[in-house]
Amino acid sequence: MTDSVKRAAETPEEPMPYAELGMKDDEYRRVCEILGRRPTGSELAIYSVMWSEHCSYKSSKVHLRQFGTKAPKSDALLVGMGENAGVVDIGDGWAATFKIESHNHPSYVEPHQGAATGVGGIVRDIMSMGARPIAVMDSLRFGGADQQDTRRVLPGVVEGISHYGNCLGLPNIGGEVVFDPCYIGNPLVNALCVGLLRKDQIKLATAPGPGNKVVLFGARTGADGIGGASVLASATFEDESQAKRPAVQVGDPFMEKLLIECCLELYQADVVVGIQDLGAAGVSCATTELAAKGTGGMTVDLNLVPLRDPTLRPEEILMSESQERMMAVVTPEDIPAFMAICEKWDVPATVIGEVTDTGRLVMTWDGETIVDIPPGTAADEGPVYERPFHEPAGQAALNADGPERLPRPDDLRDTLLRLLGSPNLGSKEWVTSQYDRYVRGNTVLAQPADSGMLRVSEVMPGAEETTRGIALATDGNGRYARLDPYAGAQLALAEAYRNVAVTGAAPLAVTNCLNFGSPEDPEVMWQFAEAVRGLADACKTLGVPVTGGNVSFYNQTGSTAINPTPVVGVLGVIDDVARRVRSGFAAEGLRVVLLGDTRDEFGGSEWAHVTHGHLGGLPPAVDLEAERALASVLVEAARDGLLEGSHDLSDGGLAIALAEACLAQGVGATVSLPGDDAFVDLFSESASRALVCVRPEAFEALAELCGRHEVPCYGLGSTGGTSLAVEGAFEIPVAELREAHAAPLPAIFG
Amino acid sequence: MNAARVGVVTFPGTLDDQDAARAVRLAGAEAVPLWHADHDLKGVDAVFLPGGFSYGDYLRCGAISRFSPLMDELIPAARAGLPVLGTCNGFQILCEAHLLPGALTRNEGLHYICRDQGIRVENADTAWTGDFEAGQEIVLPVKHGEGRYVADAETVAALERDGRVVFRYVGGNPNGSMNDIAGITNEAGNVVGLMPHPEHAVEDLTGAPSVDGRGFFTSILKKLVNV
Repeated sequence: MTDSVKRAAETPEEPMPYAELGMKDDEYRRVCEILGRRPTGSELAIYSVMWSEHCSYKSSKVHLRQFGTKAPKSDALLVGMGENAGVVDIGDGWAATFKIESHNHPSYVEPHQGAATGVGGIVRDIMSMGARPIAVMDSLRFGGADQQDTRRVLPGVVEGISHYGNCLGLPNIGGEVVFDPCYIGNPLVNALCVGLLRKDQIKLATAPGPGNKVVLFGARTGADGIGGASVLASATFEDESQAKRPAVQVGDPFMEKLLIECCLELYQADVVVGIQDLGAAGVSCATTELAAKGTGGMTVDLNLVPLRDPTLRPEEILMSESQERMMAVVTPEDIPAFMAICEKWDVPATVIGEVTDTGRLVMTWDGETIVDIPPGTAADEGPVYERPFHEPAGQAALNADGPERLPRPDDLRDTLLRLLGSPNLGSKEWVTSQYDRYVRGNTVLAQPADSGMLRVSEVMPGAEETTRGIALATDGNGRYARLDPYAGAQLALAEAYRNVAVTGAAPLAVTNCLNFGSPEDPEVMWQFAEAVRGLADACKTLGVPVTGGNVSFYNQTGSTAINPTPVVGVLGVIDDVARRVRSGFAAEGLRVVLLGDTRDEFGGSEWAHVTHGHLGGLPPAVDLEAERALASVLVEAARDGLLEGSHDLSDGGLAIALAEACLAQGVGATVSLPGDDAFVDLFSESASRALVCVRPEAFEALAELCGRHEVPCYGLGSTGGTSLAVEGAFEIPVAELREAHAAPLPAIFG
Repeated sequence: MNAARVGVVTFPGTLDDQDAARAVRLAGAEAVPLWHADHDLKGVDAVFLPGGFSYGDYLRCGAISRFSPLMDELIPAARAGLPVLGTCNGFQILCEAHLLPGALTRNEGLHYICRDQGIRVENADTAWTGDFEAGQEIVLPVKHGEGRYVADAETVAALERDGRVVFRYVGGNPNGSMNDIAGITNEAGNVVGLMPHPEHAVEDLTGAPSVDGRGFFTSILKKLVNV
């Protein structure tokens, strides 16, 4: 029997399964207060998914506000947090929209589909801003490379991203793959998408204008992914994970590709008033959010929703997270043109409702009213928690157990080869060769470059020629954040910011994906609060606003949480994309120059991890002013054509940067070290440093530029030969470096 | 003289059409968009079937596209001598349409593979390879999951005997194709299919670290001018 509003009013005492849907007693009581009666089954479905941690940000909201209150002034910001994705002005009338989002829990349960639909979801977010999606990136974390379950999860995740992204025709231009036993059972799959649009063509998720039609278009609704986001991403995994498999969505990239082209044609024809993608919480989310941001009311006839499975109940239709669906608000006059475009692209489209000015979202099923709620109460007025937090009990002891006690190596040659051949620093080609990095023909830089870079060139009405390009990098170091979440989040931002700058692009804006354990654990909540505070402070200092992002909690199994892992994405702009700088030694006879100072900093380092399995002490010091000065030098030097190559120093320090620079083109180098401790010079992970190479005649201009920005600058030697020779330490043939670097992933994954 | 007009076909799920059109334009020709649902070749002088996942590769790569209205026009035109180039999914469609013999199956390694690949031009007499030298080695990207060329022994022997193997992989075969075959042509030499992507190797700034793909487009332009 359909649980109608009328029936709900008549049966106030009927017990409702709110606890099974993840809703707490007091949350349920609030729903009853809002409605003045018990909710119907369909209303309960809406509130339970909309008020889930994943959709409502109820534990994180009070902290995330800092991204707004501390936001630096930026003329570039066109659309900030709260929309499907942020939009920034990149000049010449163009805008870029980008966002990173997690699909962690589904990717553990079913790696292929979990990761694939993670790509699909973020791409639809970008589409719904009015943009053409132009590239994707993925920031991935897995358990130890040699752990059994990693062999199940990693190949599936990579194949899912590969299949979905490649089939969609979006180049995959970068990202990260990091292994650490802390992620076993809780892999992180953070997918980023970037899109391009004309500044004056931004679309928003809003349903204004009573009488306007509500159109559901794209794939039909099925039973897949019912409650996926709320159920999977809002609770800790216990042993019954297998039983949650049906909660993972199944993707159809072909339909998504049709949706992209269809949406772009709809935008061009100017027949869309408002648009929203259907992601987590499906129809519930799209209808409540569109209505809440528009005139305020909407009627929907749920019988009109096209179904893949005709036996679905209204509650299931509301909660289904079937992929490749969008919802648009269209004026009645434009409906024929809208439908014609959908038909051209073989995209099913159905009018399922209408915008009203009643302030109520009203849904019917078989002629009976089954939902009658103020939409804002579901979309915007969910519960907000000030979760208690305190420093973890072992934090002081962890910080006191520094790397100073670790024996340091005599054989630096062996140390370099060992690090270079470890899963985290070795070649990621096994993964990235499964991604199409060339499609669309605008890829200027892709992995293993420091950041991905795209030429701004799209065939769009009103588009003007531009020489500009955009660069994107993501970074995040869970070990640093475990030692100090405040500094760890800042270091993630600093590294992504630096990775954008080394390619010659000026950092402009930030997106983030905050991956943590359970917010109900005060020690995890402390990590989260500290990381957000650190990131917000650093964004303010560096002048790059947060435009949007995503929080993923409950990344823990039992009481063991992952290392706190804030992943930060930075978008930058290069005025003349032909001036982009590649990462390696481009030719023989170039001067090799180190920018920035090196200190004895090994807390959380790759060296401590690989050679001692040690995590303790403090992460490298953060100096944001130095970071900003370094970026200024890099961007100006690139603009002036001084740089022949430029590479960020991070995990594994100078030694790894030198090795990678040699590997890029197979050109060796002979260098001497600036300090008096070769081990520290080579393997310390001090921040705010870069390795560049310049033509000899350009060195003076570079040194002068560094002087002006007060960036330390050390000539190390020159490029040439077939070995990496570090005076007084070692000489390693590039071929030997290559062999070590290429080995780890194929050895494990085949 | 008017610029040569090269049609670039878009099926649902075609991905490299924008790149293909750009490569055609860079070579100095006019790129004419052709839509799969039209019975209309728009009077073009040559046709480029670009890569992608037409119809999501459902059923079999190229198996559905081959029945599109546009192919009804293209198949007889190609048999009558219209120059046609199919890359990647375009190659798969040409095989499904029986304009070229054989089939493309799942890569030997079972993974999709994207890499810059060494290729030897074996036949410089086709409509699309006149600007290369026979034996010349070039670099083009490959990016596919189902690019392993197979055919029965008789067909492969005939292809080899008649010089219809146009491209061969060198420096490692990415997909396990028979005889390292990367691309082939029909008997008349007007229809060429290959797995690698010349349209991704035409500019210094973007794509593969080579501009060897330009030769395909300059070849066809010269051919069209001389016809």
